Amino acid sequence: MIHWNSFADFLAMGGYAGYVWGSFGATALILILEPLFIIRRRKETISRLKRQMRAELASSSRNSVE
Amino acid sequence: MLKIVAAVIGRDLKLAMRRQADIVSALFFFVIVVSLFPLGIGPEPDLLRKLAPGVLWVAALLATMLSLPRLFADDHRDGTLEQLALAPHPLGLVVLGKVVAHWLVSGLPLALLAPVLGLQFDLSADALLVLTGAILLGTPALSGIGGIGAALTLGLRGGGVLLSLLVLPLYIPVLIFGAGAVDATVTGLGPEAHLSLLAALTFAALGFAPWAAAAALKIALE
Amino acid sequence: MNARFHLYHYASPATFYPLAGKLIPVFAALAVVFGLAGLYLGLLVAPTDFQQGEGYRIIFIHVPASWMSMFIYLVMAFWAAIGLAFNTRLSGMMATALAPTGALMAFLSLWTGALWGKPMWGAWWVWDARLTSELILLFLYIGFIALQSAIDDPRRADKAGGVLLLVGVVNVPVIYFSVKWWNTLHQGASVSLTQSPSMATTMLWGMLLMALCFWMYSIAVALMRVRTILLERERHTEWVKEMLAGETK
Repeated sequence: MIHWNSFADFLAMGGYAGYVWGSFGATALILILEPLFIIRRRKETISRLKRQMRAELASSSRNSVE
Repeated sequence: MLKIVAAVIGRDLKLAMRRQADIVSALFFFVIVVSLFPLGIGPEPDLLRKLAPGVLWVAALLATMLSLPRLFADDHRDGTLEQLALAPHPLGLVVLGKVVAHWLVSGLPLALLAPVLGLQFDLSADALLVLTGAILLGTPALSGIGGIGAALTLGLRGGGVLLSLLVLPLYIPVLIFGAGAVDATVTGLGPEAHLSLLAALTFAALGFAPWAAAAALKIALE
Repeated sequence: MNARFHLYHYASPATFYPLAGKLIPVFAALAVVFGLAGLYLGLLVAPTDFQQGEGYRIIFIHVPASWMSMFIYLVMAFWAAIGLAFNTRLSGMMATALAPTGALMAFLSLWTGALWGKPMWGAWWVWDARLTSELILLFLYIGFIALQSAIDDPRRADKAGGVLLLVGVVNVPVIYFSVKWWNTLHQGASVSLTQSPSMATTMLWGMLLMALCFWMYSIAVALMRVRTILLERERHTEWVKEMLAGETK
C-alpha cells in the first residue's frame, strides 16, 4: 500500500523536498496558528468583559440612585 | 429624472470651478508620473512604445483616484448630503450626477492630455487616437466604481488610502481593456474588440455603481 | 416551515452562541479525520506522477486552498446579501468571521502555487490567469478586512462590508474573464494547469479528502471567531452578562 521504500525516501520527496515540505509546512503552520490566535483573543475578550462588568457593578452599587 | 442629474452636474461643476487648483494638481500628477517612467526605464524608443499603454493607463487610474475622497466629503461636511438623501428623488440619480461631474473634471482632461504624453513615448498617430478614445470611454467606469469606494469610506480615518485599497482591484478590467486597446493598435490587431468591451464596462458601471454607492451613502449617514 | 422556524430560532445570538460552541468540536474533529485520511492518501499512498514526479503532491493542499478561498468569498457574499436584505445581525458577523480565513486560504493558494510553479514551470510566479485572479482575490479580502477595521460602529461595518462584498462578487467574474483574455493576448510561455493528465483515483480521493478537511476547518474556525465577535458586540445584553457571570475562569 505505502508508496515509499524508506522514511528517508519519503523525506526526500524525489528531490522536491524543499518545495513539498515548504508547502505542507506553511499550511500546517497557518492552520495551527490561526485557531491558537483566535483562542487567545477569545480569552482576552472574556477577561476584559468580566473586568468591565465588575467595574460596572461596582459603580452602579455606589450610586444606586440611577 | 434627467433634470435632477443635470442639476447635480451643474452644481458640482460650479463648485469644482471654484477649486481649479485641485483639477490642475491631478493633471500635473498624471504628467509627472508618466514622465518619471522613461527616467526609470531608459530612453529606448522600442521599449517605451511597448510600455506606453500600460504606463499611461496606470497613471490615469491613479490620477482619477486623487479627487475621489472629496467626491462626497464636502457635501457631507456641510450637511448637503443628508438633505439630498432625505429628498424625495432617488439618491442614485444624485450620485450619477456627481459621478458624471467627477468625470468631466478628472477623466475628460486626462483624455485630452494623454495624446501629448503619448508623444513622449513615440506612439504613432493611430495609437494616440485610440489612446484618447479608450481613456474617454473607460474613465467614466473609473468614476462610477470610484464613487462606490468614496461612499463606503466616507468620514473614515485613513479614508484616502483605504479608498485606493478598495477601488484599485476593481479597476483592473478597465486597465486591461484600456491598455489592451492601445496595445492592439500598436501591434496592428485593431482596437475594436477592446473598445467595445470598455464601452460595455462603462455602461454597466454607470448603470449599477450609482445605486451601490447610494446604498453605501445611506449606510454611512445612518 | 418547521425548518424555517428553527433557522430563525438559531439566528438569535443568545441561542446561536451555545449551539456554535457545541458544533466547533464536531467540525474540528471532522477536519482532523479528513485531514489525516487525506494526508495518508496524498503523501503516503498516492503513486508518483509520471510527468511531475513527487512535486505534484503540493496540489493536495494547493487545490483545496484555492477552492476554499473562492468558496469562502461566495459564502461571505451570501451572508452579506442576507444581512442587507433581512437586517439580521448574525449574518454580518459571519461574513466578518470568515474573512481572515478566506484571506489565509488565498495566501496559502499563492504560496503553494509558487512552490509548485518553481520546479514545474521554472518560475516562482507566472502571470497565469488563475494565479493573477487569485492574487486579486487576496486584494479583495484585504480590502474588506481593512474597510471593516476602519469603521468603529459595528452595524455600519457590517453593512458597508456587505455592500463591498456584493460589488466584489459581481466583479469577480468580470475580473476573471478580463484577466483570462489579457493572458491569452500576452501569451508568453504557454503554461496551463488544465493540461495535467487525468488523475489516478487515489490522487482524486486524496484531494477530495483534503478539500473536505479544509472545508470543515474553515467552518470550525469561523464559528470560533464569530463567538468572540458575538461576545464583544452583545456585551451589554443580559445573556452575555449571565454567561460571563456563570463561567468560571
